[in-house]
Amino acid sequence: MAEQYVTGYRRPDGRAGIRNHVVILPVDDLSNAVCEAVARTIPGTLALPHSYGRLQYGEDLELTFHTLAGIGANPNVAAAVVIGIEPNWTNRIVEGIARTGKPVEGFSIERFGDLKILSAAARVAQRMLQDASELEREPIERKELTISIKCGESDTTTGLGSCPTVSQVVDRHVNVGGTVIFGETSELTGGEHLIAARCADEQVRRRFQAMYDAYIEEIESSGANLLGSQPTQGNIRGGLSTIEEKALGNIAKTGTVPVVDAIDPAIAPTRKGLNFMDSSSAAGEFITLMAAAGAVIHLFPTGQGNIVGNPIVPVIKLTANPLTASTMAEHIDLDVSGLLWRKYTLREAGDRLMKLIDRTMNGRLTCAESLGHREFVITKLYRSA
Amino acid sequence: MSQNEAQAGEQIWATASAPQFLIHHEGDDVAVAVQDVDPGEGEAVYMDSNRAVTVRVADVIPLGHKVALVDLGEGDEVIEYSVRIGVTRQPIRAGQHVHVHNIRSARWQNSM
Repeated sequence: MAEQYVTGYRRPDGRAGIRNHVVILPVDDLSNAVCEAVARTIPGTLALPHSYGRLQYGEDLELTFHTLAGIGANPNVAAAVVIGIEPNWTNRIVEGIARTGKPVEGFSIERFGDLKILSAAARVAQRMLQDASELEREPIERKELTISIKCGESDTTTGLGSCPTVSQVVDRHVNVGGTVIFGETSELTGGEHLIAARCADEQVRRRFQAMYDAYIEEIESSGANLLGSQPTQGNIRGGLSTIEEKALGNIAKTGTVPVVDAIDPAIAPTRKGLNFMDSSSAAGEFITLMAAAGAVIHLFPTGQGNIVGNPIVPVIKLTANPLTASTMAEHIDLDVSGLLWRKYTLREAGDRLMKLIDRTMNGRLTCAESLGHREFVITKLYRSA
Repeated sequence: MSQNEAQAGEQIWATASAPQFLIHHEGDDVAVAVQDVDPGEGEAVYMDSNRAVTVRVADVIPLGHKVALVDLGEGDEVIEYSVRIGVTRQPIRAGQHVHVHNIRSARWQNSM
């Protein structure tokens, strides 16, 4: 069995992380270049380029703000430099991160230009990196660490093996007082009644159902042919025939515990236990939303071999597809294909995953981390103005 | 367990005792191939009851794809995990390959 304690970094707000990144965070696409220049100048810091942050408005803008501030606030981040084209929105992100008490400093490019900002921001980044290098790992109760879960490029082996393995971890983590977040709103279609039935009370159930209904209405009102998108071409190649079949495999990773809350995208859960987040099922977008909500580790069952990673959150990939395990070994952290041939029990597969989670929490790099997979993708709700 | 250890333990593919198919629940209409299966007879095991049954297979069923356990008429519901996963586009005979060519979503009318 896994230990109750792992090691991590205690942050000023009391939360704990398992990585110690100093991030250089652009507020907008225009600021990517100087952020990347800072990270090149101070190797060991991590630039997080992305495509948005200009002329957004309303709910879409708020989601981008929550995502950027949430990434900086994530306990896997020791300190953050924030750079935007102008000061107002830059300050909003800085203030969001500063609430955690961790070192954060903002810069805006207008009236200075990239080169002056590079010089000023690099000096700050250098000091932050040196200070972060002195932080030491200390014992952390595993239950303090929020785990997120999502599968990708699923096939039928996902529902037979890799998702039920994750399910073991979900139940164990929640039963000792931990928090787990799942989501993928549209990928519950055909099994959404199973999730609704697991909601802890009527309020949560109504909130969940409203989120689900709104998401599906949006998809259906497009009138587009969804076959090939949901399920994806990879899903179909792997034997999944319908969204319902894909959803039932997906739901097989959520354990048996109650759903304690239905939360908005990129918002940190306030209740211990299994939380549902209204979210896209696209891997890069999803894990970015989870990281913004404070998840420090992500479990990713895959069938045909999705290779996604995240810049600040270790993504553990497991598969029960023997072909994927052998042809894409550099992407697969745990092979549970033996479940298909009943070589070991689900409980044993769950034990192996728990051990790997502990080693990853203690600092072992995942396949995605070691390959440099740093997909950072902001969920866009609609066109910018 | 490291990746290397995991792989060292898994190199033997389907052994003689491993079934050709797994079935999620008693009462399901389909079984899932856990290795590439040629037409003929195959063993299928129910994951909930551990009951083993023999399936007559009419088509080639690639790893991860489904075979029908019962005859289904056109427009019939298809049950897997004890839940409806879609409806048939055409009649399907027991032993035939079940996939997007002969079943479709019952939920998303735009999933053609």
